[in-house]
Amino acid sequence: MIYLKAFVFAGAFCALAQIILDKTKLTPGHITVIFVVLGAFLDVFNIYDRFVLWAGGGALVPILSFGHNLTHGALQGYNSDGVLGLFSGTLDLTAAGISAAIIFSFFMALIFEPKD
Amino acid sequence: MRQSYQDIVSKNSPKENVFINAIIAFISGGVMGVIGQFLIDGYTVWFDISTKEATVCMLVTLIFLSCLFTSLGFFDKLVNFCKCGLIIPITGFAHAMMSAALEFRKEGLVTGIGMNMFKLSGAVIIFGVVSSFVFSVIRMVVGLI
Repeated sequence: MIYLKAFVFAGAFCALAQIILDKTKLTPGHITVIFVVLGAFLDVFNIYDRFVLWAGGGALVPILSFGHNLTHGALQGYNSDGVLGLFSGTLDLTAAGISAAIIFSFFMALIFEPKD
Repeated sequence: MRQSYQDIVSKNSPKENVFINAIIAFISGGVMGVIGQFLIDGYTVWFDISTKEATVCMLVTLIFLSCLFTSLGFFDKLVNFCKCGLIIPITGFAHAMMSAALEFRKEGLVTGIGMNMFKLSGAVIIFGVVSSFVFSVIRMVVGLI
């Protein structure tokens, strides 16, 4: 059942993004940024946490969860360390993803030739 | 003359079928969600770790696969076909980074890869961090009242 929910949730946001992309003149870069900001906004009152409970991996794979983790980390840092935590906590939860992307991209760019 | 030229252009320009594109994005995005959920379930069982750690492992796996397929050359075609179905999941982020790194590798380690890796995906990190800071401050102020 969770798989069906994951399918519907992730698919719905991708379809929404595709419709925005086709109907407006925005580039894929704009769309991704809009969705990250939307995800960051949805975490403010813990709405996105409910999505994660409902759809599991379907809510964790879209880029929305990147924004959600940024705000989540910042608020978590604020609750534990005060105002300084806003700065130190922001990248806490997303650090693994960013580091992994940097490390894999770097080494694979060394190994592989670009295919046209 | 001008009218007929525009007729020809509109006749020959490829038609973007919004409905079919949306269906393709829905299915491919949904499949990505299912893969994510499957990996989370799998990692919790195989490695006996908590859901939170399994989530991180799942994201790293997807990023790794996306980087690998991009450098092998066939992920670009997949992205062109599925469009937002692969751009909105975390694979799009890794793909943007990997293709920037590959594109500029000729120009050297520092001036090529180092300076250009975040060319496309930097916007995501910058706007994500800035907006999350703003929203956190708003949440903080609301909490204080």
